[in-house]
Amino acid sequence: MDSGEAGWEERSAVRVTPPVQPRKLAKVPFVELAEGRLQGVVSSGSDVARVYVSSIAAETHDFSCSTNNNRPCGGLTAGGGRRCKHLNALIDEAVRQYGAERVARHLKVEAEEGDELRSRLQGVHRKAPAAEVFSRFLRHLAYLEVPASPEPLPEMHWFPAWGAVR
Amino acid sequence: MQAAHLTELTGRTPPGVAEALEAVSGFDAALTDGLARLGPRHTDALRALAGAVSRSPLGAATAEAADKIAAGSIGPAELSAVAAARAALLGAVHDALLERLDDALGRSRADRQAPPADPEHGPAPAPLLTVARSWLQELAITGWRGVDDPLVSTADQALEALWAEPRLRRLAVLLDGLAAELRASCPVATMERIPRRRWADLWTRAMLLSQAGSWTGGATAVSGRLLPLGVDVHEHGTAVQVQLHAVLEPADGGPARLVRAAVAAAKVDTIVGPLVWRLLSAYPTLLTALAEHRAVTITDMRLTSGGDLLWEEERAEAGDLADPFATARVRLPDAQAPAVPPLDRHPVRIAEPVLVEGHAANRDGAFDLGGERLIVDLDRLPTSGPLTPQLVKASTACIGLLRWDAGRWTLQPLAVEAVVKKRPVRAHNGDWALGPTDPKVAKALDRSGDAVAVLSERAGRLLRK
Ligand SMILES: [Zn+2]
Repeated sequence: MDSGEAGWEERSAVRVTPPVQPRKLAKVPFVELAEGRLQGVVSSGSDVARVYVSSIAAETHDFSCSTNNNRPCGGLTAGGGRRCKHLNALIDEAVRQYGAERVARHLKVEAEEGDELRSRLQGVHRKAPAAEVFSRFLRHLAYLEVPASPEPLPEMHWFPAWGAVR
Repeated sequence: MQAAHLTELTGRTPPGVAEALEAVSGFDAALTDGLARLGPRHTDALRALAGAVSRSPLGAATAEAADKIAAGSIGPAELSAVAAARAALLGAVHDALLERLDDALGRSRADRQAPPADPEHGPAPAPLLTVARSWLQELAITGWRGVDDPLVSTADQALEALWAEPRLRRLAVLLDGLAAELRASCPVATMERIPRRRWADLWTRAMLLSQAGSWTGGATAVSGRLLPLGVDVHEHGTAVQVQLHAVLEPADGGPARLVRAAVAAAKVDTIVGPLVWRLLSAYPTLLTALAEHRAVTITDMRLTSGGDLLWEEERAEAGDLADPFATARVRLPDAQAPAVPPLDRHPVRIAEPVLVEGHAANRDGAFDLGGERLIVDLDRLPTSGPLTPQLVKASTACIGLLRWDAGRWTLQPLAVEAVVKKRPVRAHNGDWALGPTDPKVAKALDRSGDAVAVLSERAGRLLRK
């Protein structure tokens, strides 16, 4: 154990959020654990202009998938218990990004790896609003358009770039 | 840095530091439980905080605020007063530590000059400051232990507005970092341990920044030759900053000065590792100097009274090769360090470049320097550069930043000279500024695809429809 661990709560510069792992973003550009859901945006395999908004609720594990214009995903049947390929891609990419344990904890399910997580998510199709998630995705993208400011940010000394978890 | 310097630095803690930190800790415990739920222990702690600053100009306001908060009246004025008191105590701790460091290293430091007026920065928009303060007020009333998803989400709209206002960039970056940590920790009540000092620090600094916006202030133009020492990388989910530490040889022949130059960009959490350099591609001269270890000629670039160059590419020209280790050996010992702006004073900001050589690395990574032990922060080797714990342990020379946190001085490596398999190796944090030079890393980057390009393309298509 690091000898400094005893004073962790008294330290100013500690890592609170576990690191996010790099992953390919083309298929699932946006994944988040927020608002009591695992939610994100999945690219359409056929149409570059179309994306699907997919989400899985914590606890009930009910799922939803529709286009950003709220058209239902053809891969889901009404009241059915099977997830479409977008939802499965969302789970896989969330596991890559956050690790299975963190995704499982957020969804309130016991699972240590991705396959186990997938099989334990036994919800049914229940439509959730897509617009809110899509606008969160747009807000996420907007960070890349923020104009640079030359002002130094002394507050970033509280946020060191941590190394890989070893 | 020699063993004798280290003995002096890490010896007895400067007087008053322990007492000041105790008063801070008491306040931090109150903020953890929430100011609406103060037990007798917490009201005593608030009064102790007020007592600690009683002989300063903040004394009367803090004493009054402590009484009002204890009586359940928790408004912006009261919170501003206690935040100022907490900041003042940590500012005093900072001063004591930095003075100890300067004495130990024999480092000379410029006297504080009032910053020149800043004609470009008008007053920050008051409504945005009010919104930020009211979220901070909710957090303080609730306490970290009571923070849940809905409370964190109430900041979403304010954050969006703050990011859109360049004059409030410091506050936006800070609050976004805090909100992300709270969100990832929700519900905080279930956390095994709460980062009390850290979150209270962030809350306090945000309270200060939400009074009237940033205090960076104006700057004066300087020209000369900039000799890089090393680069410190800062990062959270939505921001990255690289801060160069360098020696400036002024063109007017004045004494060499220690300066910093920081550039930053907004980002998203999926852009990590060597990719972060891509976000800084608007600064090719700076990145070239870092990647190729070159000096930079600067002409009339603005320098703040706190020693920060406000980087402008048009005023910078990459020059000859300049080995950072040669700069550290020859120019660093006599370079004059800048004064610290009053409101920036906090131990976390202490980041003083030093050169360590002639050490032996212990198994835990600490350096043994003539029998004195220097703890090396091996957690702080960013994935955007080539430094690894193995390289640091194999080092024969190390340029690093001396830092202090919770009673410990540590060395944060920025660059090393090492011997690996009997061959000399050099590695600097900025080596990959123009792309990874390690083929294995470049290959891994190719495999995961270009996150910056993918997201920028989506942003271009979806945000400007
Ligand atoms: Zn679908």
